[in-house]
Amino acid sequence: MPDASSAGTSEQARTIRILVAKPGLDGHDRGAKVLARAFRDAGFEVIYTGLFQTPEMIASAALQEDVDVVGLSILSGAHMALFPPIMDALRAVGRDDVLVVAGGTIPEDDIPLVREMGVAAVFGPGTPLHTAIDFVRSHAPVRADTA
Amino acid sequence: MTDRLSSLSRRVLDGDRAALARVLTRVENDDEVGRSALENLYPHSGKAHVVGLTGPPGAGKSSLANELIRHYRALGARVAVIAIDPSSPLTGGATLGDRIRMMEWHADEGVFIRSMASRRFGGGLAEQTLAVASVFDAAGFDPVIIETVGTGQDEVAVAQLALTTLLVQAPGMGDSVQTLKAGALEIGDVLVVTKADRPDSAELARDLRRMQTLTLGGGPDPSAWRPPVVTTSVIDGEGIGEVMAAIADHRSWLGTSGALRDRQRTIAMAEMMGHLRRQILERMESLDRDSTAYVDIVDAIADRRMTPRRGASSILDV
Repeated sequence: MPDASSAGTSEQARTIRILVAKPGLDGHDRGAKVLARAFRDAGFEVIYTGLFQTPEMIASAALQEDVDVVGLSILSGAHMALFPPIMDALRAVGRDDVLVVAGGTIPEDDIPLVREMGVAAVFGPGTPLHTAIDFVRSHAPVRADTA
Repeated sequence: MTDRLSSLSRRVLDGDRAALARVLTRVENDDEVGRSALENLYPHSGKAHVVGLTGPPGAGKSSLANELIRHYRALGARVAVIAIDPSSPLTGGATLGDRIRMMEWHADEGVFIRSMASRRFGGGLAEQTLAVASVFDAAGFDPVIIETVGTGQDEVAVAQLALTTLLVQAPGMGDSVQTLKAGALEIGDVLVVTKADRPDSAELARDLRRMQTLTLGGGPDPSAWRPPVVTTSVIDGEGIGEVMAAIADHRSWLGTSGALRDRQRTIAMAEMMGHLRRQILERMESLDRDSTAYVDIVDAIADRRMTPRRGASSILDV
């Protein structure tokens, strides 16, 4: 597992807010919905924005919803093209402190590159749901008192 | 510490969206930072028209909110939306899915949409709804639209914090007897019938209008507010202008009739009593059951020297 900037600690009671979005143009949202449901059942507050999200939409929702985590589902193969502008857009709104995780069909060879872009973890097909949940729970950043 | 807090509040007042988003979280969590920020910001609120949107799940509240944003933006207003969805009674988790209907405003700095989980508060709201609305209000958003959880017949709490409440009803949910029932139908300042493209929506609008005529006596008090029934469709925008006009009419009626002050005081009282109830509960939970005073009172009740009622009163004095 990759190392996120700040691991979650003892603050058990806090509510993790996570944005689940599907960037790009593929219309397969079952994976995103399965994850949204799993995160909900894990006790997270899931902001579900669904299909066809542009990097700017994702960044704007991450800002307004003040999420701790952004979960992206990509099955189009366009991950190498989509992640950099998403990370740029998050940076542009000052939310590059958010934990970004991804799911979908991202080939093994691309995973190190995607991680280099700032994606903390990639959950490929067949990943047990609890793996994703546990990762988010232990890596969601604990944020400072002031914005 | 104080300096940092007040600087956060100042940034909210100066229109810093990141600071606003952060303060909303802390206010929602009702932690120390949030409480301090609210102390700073509440005196700056009270200017916005707070509009409640309530009605059953799937009736079209979020879609209507999206259309209201369009019209308010055309007027140059800065619009905030608080979109509440239910928390799981089992896990505490929530799927907040109202925002998806309002994505088209993502690049518009005059719009701020915030999803809130009810966190099992009840009544169709989240506990900190008014506090969050007050932060938006202080940040200069007007109107502040509060979209409740999908509600049934009995969740009417939004009317205790909105100045104008829109009751959103979709066709296909029953016959005219439903319109006779007490509860939610009584709290709408504007009754919005959605999905005008469906054939039974005209029937529902008719039933609602007839329900309003079912009164005896010397006719309606001419100075009273009579909730208009507006039929809408977000497919072609039908009726949205009328909803906007109805909200504006209600707002000006509140001002001219003197009802505004009454509503403001009702809202203030309801909110304060809610806090009082919670503070009393917190005090109950924090009672030291090993203290002499507590033990003495329990013994006195057990020995029949004191009624349980008097015992409770004595506890409050401890």
